[in-house]
Amino acid sequence: MADIALTRALDPEAAIAGRRYFRSRTIIYGLLTIFAIVYLLPLVVVILNSFRQLPEIAQNGLIAWPRSFSFKAWVDAWSTYCVGGTCAGMQGNFFNSLKLAIPATIISTAIGAINGYILSKWKFRGSEILFGCMMLGVFMPGQVALMPWAYILGTLHLTNSTYGLILIHCVQGISFTTLFCRNFYVNIPDDLIKAARIDGAGFWRIFRKIILPLSPPILIVTVIWQFTGIWNEFLYAVIFTSGREQPITAALVALSTNGTNVRVYDVMSAAVLIGALPPLLVYLLGGKYFVRGLTQGAIK
Amino acid sequence: MQSVLEPSAAAAGPSWRERLAQAVPFLVLAPSLAATLIYVFVFTGWTLYISLSNSSLLPTYKFIGLKPYADLWANTRWNIAYHNLFIFSAFYVVGAMAVGLLLAIVIDQRVRGEAIWRTIFLYPLAVSFVVTGTVWSWLYTPDTGIQLFVRSLGWSNFTFALTTDRNLALYAIVITGIWQSSGFAMALFLAGLRSVDQDIIKAAQIDGAGVFRIYARVILPTIAPIFLAVMVVLLQFAIKTFDLAIALTNGGPGIATTFPAIYVYDLMFQRGQIAQGAAAAIMILAALAVVLVPYSLWLVWRKRREGKNG
Repeated sequence: MADIALTRALDPEAAIAGRRYFRSRTIIYGLLTIFAIVYLLPLVVVILNSFRQLPEIAQNGLIAWPRSFSFKAWVDAWSTYCVGGTCAGMQGNFFNSLKLAIPATIISTAIGAINGYILSKWKFRGSEILFGCMMLGVFMPGQVALMPWAYILGTLHLTNSTYGLILIHCVQGISFTTLFCRNFYVNIPDDLIKAARIDGAGFWRIFRKIILPLSPPILIVTVIWQFTGIWNEFLYAVIFTSGREQPITAALVALSTNGTNVRVYDVMSAAVLIGALPPLLVYLLGGKYFVRGLTQGAIK
Repeated sequence: MQSVLEPSAAAAGPSWRERLAQAVPFLVLAPSLAATLIYVFVFTGWTLYISLSNSSLLPTYKFIGLKPYADLWANTRWNIAYHNLFIFSAFYVVGAMAVGLLLAIVIDQRVRGEAIWRTIFLYPLAVSFVVTGTVWSWLYTPDTGIQLFVRSLGWSNFTFALTTDRNLALYAIVITGIWQSSGFAMALFLAGLRSVDQDIIKAAQIDGAGVFRIYARVILPTIAPIFLAVMVVLLQFAIKTFDLAIALTNGGPGIATTFPAIYVYDLMFQRGQIAQGAAAAIMILAALAVVLVPYSLWLVWRKRREGKNG
């Protein structure tokens, strides 16, 4: 574009076009900037307030340039702040979420990969229908499963424990992970599998030697999807756990409705960031795969 | 793999070892398949049955017919929740799609630093509704948030107190919902815009069509299926709205921002009216079905038609 504009510098029509181009660029970048400010404002506000001191926040409000600086809110939020009688900050809840999200992600992704492999490369009579039925799980609203889960967790003595939530997220995750992996494996040529079978390779050998080496892209998508989803989940967390067993999302709500007196915005800001950081990091590190998961999860 | 489930007809059929090898895929699939099918069908049936029983504090299995549903629809709070769901869905879906489309079109104009802009608009999606709702509730609080900020700039009469006004609190949730989800709409629209055949656009340009005309007449109609997909997904989010409303307004002020999902939670686990809570859960499922069944049928129909036309 630039060198064309140069050669026609004296052409009046080009000058008008250039001016119009400049104006449209201004509008475009202006719009993007305004929206970017709106999108970033809450994040910036929380980050800044987590380093401000409470008296200053109380005086100047949340949206103000910081005039004080301290790490105290972070220390409090992590290890000493009291919620509902226990004064250990959010660290316990943070680790609960890790202990929940990591195993549930690994298990559900592994199952999804194997299921996807079977449903794309080892089809049997009725497998397409079974796959369709499994996909209904993607759309199930959590509310419909609440009473059954309450009964099952009660019977297995898994209420108020991370293991109960792991079980729930594994079962509910299978539909998603199977869908993702199956749709990816379908595009691997069947000839590859046939050739391997003629060479005498069996079910597991083909999975290990052919499917798994081709899988990293879809496994990353699935892991990111499952991890952020499970980390951010709230309904089951708040219903089936309480107090020290709560994952971070439920604990955050308990913290912010805890307020008998003045809201401790500095500590709560730090607590919110502690809860938001893992999925944000995953998003920033694996952005491309995150978006791919979104678009696949949405359209298919 | 055709014959896993049938005994082999041939007398000199495969040995048990071969047969076992053939059955492996199904045997491996079976446990997780069973778990998922139980989750989908048994759980739904179970909740449906509870919704027709006289369960109160604990689930019981005495069948009493549709009475819980009658009670549900006679309940003011449920009707408010249901009404809220309609208003919220309409504004939220249209708003998120409009903002998402605008952002997608703007980003599609070969802007510099596209990856950075996209990262900014999409990050809210990585964060939980709880986090979003909590932070926005602070921003909406008049004496600490946006209102105070604008007043401190000198506009001393400025009022922005959505969450304390029972007529406006719902729109606070709408705005936050749009903030959270428009990046998602943007990502899908952008993918759609990029998939449009460049030759068609060039042909329209040669015919002298302006940018707006090209978008309105050529590009947007070709990505119509994406509009539908985005709409269906956003409607699903709206119907399942729970965390965001809890963290943002906790259903208040009063019961002004109750949603069906909050109602289910409240009746089942706070008030011990399990049958009516289950009935409300079934209504949520029905609402999802109203959105998803026609959509899936349309998808199947379109696939068949494409298949026929080659």
